[in-house]
Amino acid sequence: MPARIDIKYKVPDTRAAVKLRHLESIGFNGNVKSVDLVDSYIIDANLTSSQLQAVARLLENPLVERATVNQNQAPAKFDWAIEVGYLPGVTDNIGSTAKETIEDFLGKKFKSGQGTYSSQVFFLSGKLSEEDARRVADTLYNPLIQRAEIKSFKQFKKDGGMGISAPKVALVSSVSVGTVNLDVDDSELTCIGKEGIANPDGSRRGPLALDLDSMKTIREYFRGQKRKPTDIELESLAQTWSEHCKHTIFANPIDEIKDGIYRSYIKAATNVIRKKKGRRDFCVSVFTDNSGAIAFDDKHLVTHKVETHNAPSMLDPFGGAITGILGVNRDTVGFGLGAKPVANVYGFCFACPEPRRGADPRDPFDSTQGRPEPGRTGDKSVFYRDAERKEKILSARRIMEGVIQGVNVGGNCSGIPTPQGFMLFDKRYRGKPLVFAGTVGLIPRTVAGKPSHKKQAKPGDYIVMVGGRVGQDGIHGATFSSEAIDSGSPATAVQIGDPITQKKLSDAIVKEARDKKLYNSITDNGAGGLSCSVAEMARESNGCEVALDKVPLKYPGLAPWQIWISESQERMTLAVPKNKWAALHSLLEKRGVEATVIGRFTSSGKCAVNYRGKKIMDLDLGFLHDGWPRRHLATKETHPYKLEFVGMSAAETESRDLSLAIKNMLARPNIASYEFLSMQYDHEVQAGSVLKPLQGKGRVNGDASAVRPLLDSKKAIVLSSGAAPSYSEIDSYKMAACAIDTAIRSAVAAGADPDYIALLDNFCWCSSNEPERLYQLKRAAQACYDYAVAYETPFISGKDSMFNDFKGYDEDGKPVKISVPPTLLISAIGVVPDAEKTVSLDAKCPGDLVYALGNTYDEMAGSEYASLIDDKKHSNILQNVRMSFCDSLVPCVDAAKNRKLYRAFSKCVREGIVASAISVSKGGLAVALCKTAMGGKLGFDVSLKKLPGKFSNDTTALFSESQGRIIATVAPENMRKFEKLMTGTSFAKIGSVVKQEKIVIRRKKKNMKLPLPEILAAYKSTFANY
Amino acid sequence: MLIPRVIVLSGYGLNCEEETKFAFELAGAKADIVHINDLAAEKSRLKKYQILSIPGGFSYGDDTGSGKAYANKLKNHLKAELDEFINQDRLVVGICNGFQILTNLGFLPGALLPNTSARYTNRWVDLKMAGESPWTQGIRTLSAPIAHGEGRYFADEKILASLKKNNSVAATYVKGEMCEYQDLPPNPNGALKNIAAITAKEGRILGMMPHPERAMFFTQLPHWQYFKEKMGREGVKLPQYATGLEIFKNGVRYFK
Repeated sequence: MPARIDIKYKVPDTRAAVKLRHLESIGFNGNVKSVDLVDSYIIDANLTSSQLQAVARLLENPLVERATVNQNQAPAKFDWAIEVGYLPGVTDNIGSTAKETIEDFLGKKFKSGQGTYSSQVFFLSGKLSEEDARRVADTLYNPLIQRAEIKSFKQFKKDGGMGISAPKVALVSSVSVGTVNLDVDDSELTCIGKEGIANPDGSRRGPLALDLDSMKTIREYFRGQKRKPTDIELESLAQTWSEHCKHTIFANPIDEIKDGIYRSYIKAATNVIRKKKGRRDFCVSVFTDNSGAIAFDDKHLVTHKVETHNAPSMLDPFGGAITGILGVNRDTVGFGLGAKPVANVYGFCFACPEPRRGADPRDPFDSTQGRPEPGRTGDKSVFYRDAERKEKILSARRIMEGVIQGVNVGGNCSGIPTPQGFMLFDKRYRGKPLVFAGTVGLIPRTVAGKPSHKKQAKPGDYIVMVGGRVGQDGIHGATFSSEAIDSGSPATAVQIGDPITQKKLSDAIVKEARDKKLYNSITDNGAGGLSCSVAEMARESNGCEVALDKVPLKYPGLAPWQIWISESQERMTLAVPKNKWAALHSLLEKRGVEATVIGRFTSSGKCAVNYRGKKIMDLDLGFLHDGWPRRHLATKETHPYKLEFVGMSAAETESRDLSLAIKNMLARPNIASYEFLSMQYDHEVQAGSVLKPLQGKGRVNGDASAVRPLLDSKKAIVLSSGAAPSYSEIDSYKMAACAIDTAIRSAVAAGADPDYIALLDNFCWCSSNEPERLYQLKRAAQACYDYAVAYETPFISGKDSMFNDFKGYDEDGKPVKISVPPTLLISAIGVVPDAEKTVSLDAKCPGDLVYALGNTYDEMAGSEYASLIDDKKHSNILQNVRMSFCDSLVPCVDAAKNRKLYRAFSKCVREGIVASAISVSKGGLAVALCKTAMGGKLGFDVSLKKLPGKFSNDTTALFSESQGRIIATVAPENMRKFEKLMTGTSFAKIGSVVKQEKIVIRRKKKNMKLPLPEILAAYKSTFANY
Repeated sequence: MLIPRVIVLSGYGLNCEEETKFAFELAGAKADIVHINDLAAEKSRLKKYQILSIPGGFSYGDDTGSGKAYANKLKNHLKAELDEFINQDRLVVGICNGFQILTNLGFLPGALLPNTSARYTNRWVDLKMAGESPWTQGIRTLSAPIAHGEGRYFADEKILASLKKNNSVAATYVKGEMCEYQDLPPNPNGALKNIAAITAKEGRILGMMPHPERAMFFTQLPHWQYFKEKMGREGVKLPQYATGLEIFKNGVRYFK
């Protein structure tokens, strides 16, 4: 009989108070009078009542909490009780910790099937109908991973509480292995590829994401083998051949490019650059491993990798995001023989939940009209995954809050600083958000005298799975993210991360086992689970033989194919020499990390899997990895794509109120302060913080940050990024060029040496089966080659995600498709010899001179200012994109000129004569000037008259997003030196820093005056309540 | 001259052990990072050390309440050894999660509740040091970052009275240099009486929410860039270290 322990604060519970405020902020104002909170544990372990009392004492802090056994702690009066717990089988970290605490106390492990399950009960009082209570519940739980039970006061009293039942997993799925008949017609073959292998009851197991060509290739292979494939073989091929794992779109020939985009544009750029750099080449390990690595100093390498976790984050924002950040941490631990994570980065692309100022009231994305319906905020759009309109997609606000919280818990709990990141808003991310998560690692160049970035599993080595156990979570993750989201997307594709299990694993590996040389090779268990990690490592030894029944499971009843492809988190696979196994096992046991031998690496050329004494998989490694059918992709030129140009032209803007426009621009979600986010991500752990996410007196978000990964070295790593999806539909080539230039420029402005910067590419595309989208992709990749080579900034790692489309239904049940704008994230990493030479963005001293570096042109198309104008007009997400400034241009990047400027500027930085610097990006010159002034809480007196470049009027001067520009402030005594070093580049002194808290912009017509407190208020207003 | 030996605990999600060890060694001690399970397996090892440090981190992910599960583990395996340690002339410091663990162990009075924002917060605070403790001797003010979700100090009237009587409040949040510079309210979490740090056992046990090891280098300060410019122009050499290091130096000095 399970027991229930309820814990309630004896002192006011701030969590409940915050929940009440939150409910008010999302529209339940006045209706909810109070919220009470009780934490509950269901303990299903056959404990005696005295044991349960002892456990209650373990779980309470008697000064502030009271724990009761099988006795509820509901307030005397309330109207509704809502209990939220996890669904059976979903990772429950709090429950697991409680279980560990109880086991440690009792001195014995729970038996199989016994467990501890956590939940929270919210007691609400107020004028709330049952429907209202349901609405509140909707904001508290996610039906894909959680359960919510609602009881009225009366019902609660009648039942004597919320009840005591344990959410145990009860699987009835067949654990036998079947064969699949592929000798069927094309339509059935297509169906197997798209919807999965048929179960005996006719239902399908979920997407394989194999197209007809692939299915036919597989059929041919098995005809040659004179047998039918088993289900696990087919599932395994689907994982390995998935777009997610093989990146087929980047690998396939496309148009005239025989070797495909990846080899011809991305990898080729790096090869050319490395050759050109010769002895100055700093690349050490590129593209071959889980992360890319460059030299840090004589003794260390730094690694970097950025991943995306988009599709899972759309279904469960918290779980998707935490899994994303923990997953990329493992790409660090899985680099070479294991690098230590030293910094996280993030990038979120959302539909903004905030109402837009002055927008058209008919826009379904705004709530400026009337009072919003309870539970719904600014973004009022409602979409469903299914035609029956039962599966509503989460609101924009829920997605945003969940994703932010996921990286919060993942990063903070892991003790990895998260100094750098961005948020980018566009309503085209409403269907699928983009969640970028990256990790920088540090590893000694040699481990036990051998290069640390080289690893090789040897025949005979044990295959060892370490970390978490395997459950049904994350089945079909790799194949699912290779497709658009629709109602067939599997719920089991969602996982929740467990940062502490991973922390134990990561510490044991990179801080102990690695340097003891207890394994020959290591890799992450990510997409595709064991099926991908083991098969990948098997290439090093040329074969493997797995005993699947050895794999430790979270609960019984998993079919072999499920065990093989499950993406249950916090696991890594090691190749362990026989004579090292005992030492490794004992070390990991002492660190609370589970490790199991699940087979051995061989040299058989086969990937073989056994289960209960039977061979259930026997594939040639060559076929598994390289048998996928090449397809020649064709593109179709499009320029620009699906755009309808409306609105005013650049020349028409002259008469607008520019001061108001600047304030409105600073409040735009794409520019506004997001310090609520920066402050909830620990950016100072590991004690190497140098350039923080919030800079200066005004706490302005910077575009770059710097950390010292080694406390006894002065060297620092500079991190920055660039993305310009608002330009994509107009010109994807220029979009990519801008992303590269922005990433490099932001790093250089912060003090990085332009000759020591490496890049990472993350393509997040949409509808990549359409030739027009492939054309945009090809053009963007071409720009990657051209600009990386021109700047001599090599790519060291990358990842792509090609189908970021949502296919569903709107409120009326009409089918809709929402595609993200083609998005390319470029991340930059630089190494600087002296942390003290980095530069922050805030103006430092009155009297300093303000310099504008680089030319300004009429480049307004796709700019943030253009969006400001467009937002005032009715524009619907489902229609084509409308854009103002049709006669203007997307910024064009002159790499040769910019490079010269960056190198000259970098010399000034090294000489220590730059007091502040900021790269001019979104919002143009006006925003960059304001940020510098707000950062220093100092005024500016500047003139647009001498601004270098060629532009029509003051509006374009202020808001054009021309690339290659930096605003720097310099002490007057350094003026001559600065100007001398900058000779030969385009720059001008445009004014000076003043003590008065006011920005004065002198122009031909009326001068503009912007009081600093007003612009600071505008900048901080947008997310003030987040 | 005695070089004190410091044991810095690790495991189960504690995560500031490396920089804490670094800070102690910079201050002149010899520090070892020891996993809680290794210590539990060889309990007598604790005797070798003069200073016990429980660093910051996220032991057990704050699940079931910050510091609770790690404290339970220490109680289950090392209760007698720890009791012996704290009753001798030795020093103990718990920083952030370490402080939370020390309160759950009952070595320090009071509790650390969720911040009033109910959200994890990382920002700088200013501290006014008070009380009598070897850890805080000679330090009048200290600025350092906090990084926690549950750092709101709470105590009942009885505990407060005894803290006062024994001069055991070691630091309170005040509006100082950093709050002025960054325009932030002094109390970051709603702590009762602005309490940021307390001591017990004649000041030998210190628990503090802010992280002094994140305020040991000049370049960790949020306004070092500003001072670099100012001092550079005045011809003043930039300092290498910051006040946070003094806490660790005090620990070392006690045994000299």
